[in-house]
Amino acid sequence: MTIGGIALAIGVMSSAIAADPIKVGSVLSVTGPAAFLGDPELKTLQMYVDDLNNQGGLLGRPLQLVHYDDGSDANKANAFAKRLIEDDKVDFIVGGTTTGSTMSMVPLIEKAGVPFMSLAGAVVVVEPVKKWVFKASTTDRIAAERVLTDMKKHGITKIALLSDTAGFGQSGKAQTELVVAKYGITLVANETYGPKDTDASPQLTKIRNTPGVEAIFVFGFGQGPAIVTKNIKQLGITLPVYHAHGVGSEEFIKLAGPAAEGVRALAPALMIADKLPNSDPQKPVVSAYVKAFEGRWKEHVSMFGGQAHDNFFIVVDAVKRAGTVDKEKVRDQIEATKKYIGTGGEVNMTAADHMGLDMWSLRMLEVKNGAWVEAQ
Amino acid sequence: MIRRYLGLYVVAVIIAVLPFLIPNGFYLDLAIRMGINAVIVLGLNLLIGFAGQISMGHAGFIGIGAFASAVLPTHFGWHPFVALVAGAVLAGSLAALVARPIFRLKGHYLAMATLGLGIIVNIVLRNEAKYTGGPDGMPVPPFTLFGFAIDSDKHWYWIVSVILMVSVWASINLMNSPFGRALRGLHGSEVAAQVVGVNVTRYKVAIFVMSAVFASLMGSVTAHYVGFVSPSLADFGHSIELITMVVVGGMASVFGSLVGAVLLTALPQALATFEGWETVAFGVILILCMIFMPKGLVPTLAARFGGRRE
Amino acid sequence: MLAQLLQYLFSGLTIGATYALAALGFTIIYNASGVINFAQGEFIMLGGMLAVYFTDAGLPMAVALPLAVLIPSLAGLLMARLTIEPIKGAETITLIIVTIGVSLVIRGAIQVWLGKGSHGLPAFSGDIPIRILGATLMPQSLWVLGVSALLVLGLWYFFNRTLSGKAMLATSFNRGAAELVGINTGRVLFISFAMSAGIGALGGILVTPITLTSFDAGVMFGLKGFVGAVVGGLGSGLGAVVGGLLVGVIEAFGAGFLSSSYKDAIPFILILFILFFMPRGLFGVKVTDRV
Repeated sequence: MTIGGIALAIGVMSSAIAADPIKVGSVLSVTGPAAFLGDPELKTLQMYVDDLNNQGGLLGRPLQLVHYDDGSDANKANAFAKRLIEDDKVDFIVGGTTTGSTMSMVPLIEKAGVPFMSLAGAVVVVEPVKKWVFKASTTDRIAAERVLTDMKKHGITKIALLSDTAGFGQSGKAQTELVVAKYGITLVANETYGPKDTDASPQLTKIRNTPGVEAIFVFGFGQGPAIVTKNIKQLGITLPVYHAHGVGSEEFIKLAGPAAEGVRALAPALMIADKLPNSDPQKPVVSAYVKAFEGRWKEHVSMFGGQAHDNFFIVVDAVKRAGTVDKEKVRDQIEATKKYIGTGGEVNMTAADHMGLDMWSLRMLEVKNGAWVEAQ
Repeated sequence: MIRRYLGLYVVAVIIAVLPFLIPNGFYLDLAIRMGINAVIVLGLNLLIGFAGQISMGHAGFIGIGAFASAVLPTHFGWHPFVALVAGAVLAGSLAALVARPIFRLKGHYLAMATLGLGIIVNIVLRNEAKYTGGPDGMPVPPFTLFGFAIDSDKHWYWIVSVILMVSVWASINLMNSPFGRALRGLHGSEVAAQVVGVNVTRYKVAIFVMSAVFASLMGSVTAHYVGFVSPSLADFGHSIELITMVVVGGMASVFGSLVGAVLLTALPQALATFEGWETVAFGVILILCMIFMPKGLVPTLAARFGGRRE
Repeated sequence: MLAQLLQYLFSGLTIGATYALAALGFTIIYNASGVINFAQGEFIMLGGMLAVYFTDAGLPMAVALPLAVLIPSLAGLLMARLTIEPIKGAETITLIIVTIGVSLVIRGAIQVWLGKGSHGLPAFSGDIPIRILGATLMPQSLWVLGVSALLVLGLWYFFNRTLSGKAMLATSFNRGAAELVGINTGRVLFISFAMSAGIGALGGILVTPITLTSFDAGVMFGLKGFVGAVVGGLGSGLGAVVGGLLVGVIEAFGAGFLSSSYKDAIPFILILFILFFMPRGLFGVKVTDRV
């Protein structure tokens, strides 16, 4: 981190002589419960700001990353957003790791009129559409629909939902409840677990004893889903298990161990980068990101870092097309983003859709022989 | 008389001059947050410093106020002012309900009871997503009074300043009233207070209810000012932050409360560029403060430089 | 139905055993010094995280695990020497703030050093569940329960049968009198912190194969352990064990029968009830206040 900081500082200093820097603002949850989301996001931003500066910057001006850590506290995010807007006078903002942080920043951003790319998951960020707020990363609604589509295909009609009590799971739960009927599926059990819970067997015992359950849908991220997966195996439950889009990582398989075998989970193409066929349109961008990130930070990529990549480059492209950092023009160009291929899928924004991804941008993966493969 | 209010005048001058000194809206925002925290800490310090009782769930009361101001107008169409009062009444009643049986006991049982209470409030706010927006929180409509919406930071600065001035003035007077002397007696020796005829339990309950109401009111102010509330306002960490402000500034010191609130509101902003080490830095600062100034900044400095006042 | 009840009980006892160890840590330090140590949870986290770190570094279990107990014990000792001893006799709240400061330092340092991800350990005796009357029990749960029971027995022996233990007990009853009869109360303080930290770390290692661990795992353990200690009556060793187990079991049954969303609130509601109706906890002793 320190080395990154120094490199960043040198990078900025060496090119700062040329022109006034373009300021990239960012509030991420680099510490606290959401730290493992915010950490790769920050590393990704640092890496590409350095990269762009080494290539001569943006519009001939160097980039300067102004970042604050909200410690996973939405109230702090609000104060830092104020600082970015009023004190640092940034040109655009990437970040808001969690939905809570993002939504606490939104009123300030809408008032000040700053292009804002959120990295959060919930659909409320972009629905209803807010003039300055974009997020080119998957929503929980898409994830729910994608999983339910797959369940329907397999003839599953009665499911148990187990969601975490943090923002990710609660929002996911609400969206699942909203769309489940559309797919002819009923929720016969609806349980929750705390994101820091160390055991979910009571809830799973209850699910096991609920008659008619044909599959379990787990909505959560972090270590919770790994514990749930282990508990399922321990209790001898053999129902199909689906996870939303928070677990598709090497870490999950490592944590859940053999219990992960056969589990299905949603993930962007990034998580199966090495297994993508060369014909896949996402292959080049995904491979480049994996190579760059793993080379620089010596750790596995995560979809969250990938989202930071996509959102950052969408706004960078918008600045290039606008030929200026004029906020109104950059905003219009972000909204005009078409056929941007990122690590998370193809993004097509419109005035009515500030997210631009469809359900098929998430791939259905399955653990086979201890590794993620695309499910058939 | 002049001596008694000297500090108050100093605070008034600082508040009056500040808007002309600060370079931009961010510092105004910081000043408003300092003011809000200062009022909460004043209330908490009455409890901790003068009644010798710890509330480890004070953020729960802030949460009640904040969410009353968010939920009642949004979902039930209440006027924001009525919602603010309702929140304060709820927080005060809850405090009274818990305090009555607890204060019959000696020791730090209030700490444990309030710890539980604060966490229960937090869990309710996180779970009742239909009303509260769950862990992600919810937006708050602007505060209106006589059909006039208060939505600029300048307005909030003056409103919070007035509340702060009134709170400081009230705290100073409270300390010098018979009631205040009774309170200080509590912290010194409960038995002695009882012997001279102070109804210990009643005073303790009164002061606890008052500090809960302070917290709830400022929770409402925070909600309207920020325009957004999330349950992290009510979490354990926030309660600890508030206690820290009391202890670092100085227990049983009115101006210690102000100093503690100002310093510890600014600290996260100052440490924000520490890149990951901010948690450690914050911890180290806490430990050093407590070891070298166990009585808190203001009383320690006051003792060193002349030992006047308080 | 029986299988279901038994499953809840197994789940509750396993988690409860770790709460009990945390509660014991609170109790030992509270007795020796009157300090409520809010850094107790961090020692549990340290145990788990260090065990992961040392085994990942290639050390054999037989070396890694003792190291992962020893280092937190030293940290506990250092904490007592550097932060608690200099302000002996300060207000309770000052001491609480200091322990919170220490917990922030430990958590923050681990976060910077070992990162923000979650980690696990392989189970000591494999992952094949044992079936009992239709319920399943993991071998690792037996490890947790067994070692906890041994620790409790060991502590009982220490406090009732050894001179050092009796000295510590004496200090908890009356520090002044203990000093008068020649007990080194400073040493008692150090031993209590080192011991609590070691017990916490051991508990942290044992549960990591079941619960996984991360830099912020200590927050939850610390809070639940504190609840266990209060439920049992702060200061009572037996109370801490029963209180911790009770909190775990109530959570499991609460999640199973009432509401999984509100299961975390149940122990805290219990605390309020206990304070209202049996204010010294389940096993607390009645003490008279000195004027």
